[in-house]
Amino acid sequence: MITEETPLHAPLEIGFDYTRSLGPVLAHFMTQLANRRITGIRGSDGRVHVPPVEYDPHTAEALTEFVDVSDVGTVRTWSWVSHPVEGQPIQRPFAWALITLDGADTALLHAVDVDSTEQIHTGMRVRVRWADEPVGHITDIAYFVPADAGEERGDAPTPPRPPATERAEDGTVRTVITPIQLDYTHSVSPEESRYLRALAEGRMLGQRCPECEKVYIPPRGACPTDGVPTTTEVELPDTGIVTTFCIVNVPFLGQRIQPPYVTAYILLDGADIPFLHLVLGCEADEVRMGMRVRAAWKPREEWETSLQNVSHFEPTGEPDAPYDSYAHHL
Amino acid sequence: MTKQRAAVLGTGQTHHTTKRTDVSMPGLLREAVDRAMRDARVEWSDIDAVVLGKAPDLFEGVMMPELFLADALGANGKPLLRVHTAGSVGGSTALVAASLVQSGVHRRVLTVAYEKQSESNAMWALSIAPPFSMPVGAGAGGYFAPHVRSYIRRTDAPDHIGALVAVKDRRNGALNPYAHLRQEDITFDSVRASQMLWDPIRYDETCPSSDGACAMVLGDEAAGDAVDGGAAWVHGTAMRTEPTTFAGRDQVNPQAGKDAAAALWKAAGITDPLSEIDVAELYVPFSWFEPMWLENLGFTEEGSGWKLTESGATALDGTLPVNPSGGVLCTNPIGASGMLRCAEAAKQVMGRAGDYQVDGARKAVGHAYGGGSQYFAMWLVGADKPVG
Repeated sequence: MITEETPLHAPLEIGFDYTRSLGPVLAHFMTQLANRRITGIRGSDGRVHVPPVEYDPHTAEALTEFVDVSDVGTVRTWSWVSHPVEGQPIQRPFAWALITLDGADTALLHAVDVDSTEQIHTGMRVRVRWADEPVGHITDIAYFVPADAGEERGDAPTPPRPPATERAEDGTVRTVITPIQLDYTHSVSPEESRYLRALAEGRMLGQRCPECEKVYIPPRGACPTDGVPTTTEVELPDTGIVTTFCIVNVPFLGQRIQPPYVTAYILLDGADIPFLHLVLGCEADEVRMGMRVRAAWKPREEWETSLQNVSHFEPTGEPDAPYDSYAHHL
Repeated sequence: MTKQRAAVLGTGQTHHTTKRTDVSMPGLLREAVDRAMRDARVEWSDIDAVVLGKAPDLFEGVMMPELFLADALGANGKPLLRVHTAGSVGGSTALVAASLVQSGVHRRVLTVAYEKQSESNAMWALSIAPPFSMPVGAGAGGYFAPHVRSYIRRTDAPDHIGALVAVKDRRNGALNPYAHLRQEDITFDSVRASQMLWDPIRYDETCPSSDGACAMVLGDEAAGDAVDGGAAWVHGTAMRTEPTTFAGRDQVNPQAGKDAAAALWKAAGITDPLSEIDVAELYVPFSWFEPMWLENLGFTEEGSGWKLTESGATALDGTLPVNPSGGVLCTNPIGASGMLRCAEAAKQVMGRAGDYQVDGARKAVGHAYGGGSQYFAMWLVGADKPVG
């Protein structure tokens, strides 16, 4: 290997407030939660499922017979969480428990707020601690407490509540919002790390395949065609051509550049594969296939380990490359 | 043991639209499944296995949805498989289901594919920029538009071809009671006047964002023989894959698509697709992909796809009707879109396509692609049993 430096990594956080349309069964369940009532459904074998299931586990037929159940039940089994993570129902040590509510035949998984493992046991009676303002969301059941609990322990810290949805005119909850946040650590390969560190010095660093001699930027570490390691580094100029492009006129959620803008495949001189970047410095309708361009670097003090050091590419004013010279890169 | 014959016994799909907030995810699937099972005249006890397909989990934010959908799919106590090959998944899911019958493992298989795009935002999900990268991604349209431009440059296609396809498919969709967009009044001029979104792709040349599902029941030879009015017999299937990017990759006419088509024609004994195929349901999410895929599949030589489109050959009354159902341009529940192509091909050869039935359709192709044109799945179904 060429490098012993640690590969680069950075957080990647993606999140979205997903919508769930509930359908007739869960809509009834959620609407009842807003009234601090819990509803199950009777299956083909007579068992009452809580939360209600839309289709029978045995016959797959749609179920319709709702059954109200108690908000008090019995712990069937449990496990202890000593270090709660973000988003869990109780933000201090708690027990996950399978709880069968009185009147139900199935257990639901929920959190029980007790001091320690000494305070919970299979067979223990627990009751729902309702959210202060039920809205018709599964989080209306904030958590469970021992059935005989008094006020001495105080309210458990709970995560922020998701946004509530607008109800139908008759008061029915038809959709709920379930925010989902994924936090990753994104690591790049040793080869891409060297490319990114070169970018931080204003250099374009690719790799050549020893078999096909194609030059890849960013480098892959292995040739996707020949499957062999690529170890020969090639420094490339910051000039090249636009092979093909589109003009983005459409705004969309999460967009980081104001439309309209030109996204173009840029083929650097000496490279055998283009990458996507922006073309500015001329009117969008003046961008052409084969146009000669040069990187417009951000001010040096803003450079980091990213292709974003190149603000965009702009025309050099040289004559366009002939079509035949890049036709096989389309 | 040689490959067993397999046939489509029945198909079903949802009424597709932007937001199906009236049904849950399981309810959406069941709408398609119940229709397919009625069409196939089967009960739950007749189903031996279930094969489910959908596109990336990020689209709905549900990891491994096959687990919570098992009840709704009657899969308890049966094999349940989930398939994922990005936008081509509806096609590859159908192929996996077919293979379970062709291998002799199962007699009847239920297969279903879906997307409930309204639960999230696919454009957002397809534009996530990882750290260190340049955030230029602009959804599927932004990805494919430069390659459409390359196609136009490479073939000298007149720039109105895309609009011709859009008008044809949207008017076809008006004949399909399940289609999301049903625009019988759309005109060439109105398409040309619609906003340029991802130049060279206009608004009316793009697929909608749909909630929807499609299901089919596949069966063995005995089950196929019992279908009233005739089953759709599987004459061939083909799947091919290639990397999204490599030096010298042909982004306009991908090798994997050419290879899949060649394998399909060979498997089905087709030597001249243009004259032997009666209907094609091709995965055309942006109008220009019709001429591109006509070339990629070998219906015509490279550079001539747009001429076939321009000649009217791909219209409902043409020599090779393409997307009589309206296609992806009218209905795009991403994960289901490929299965809809396969199911619509089956409906044509079963004579069950209603107002968009192609007269005398005996052989039809269903086609799907996905990712950055890197996954291809297609099948050929016929009104007659395959020879041999």
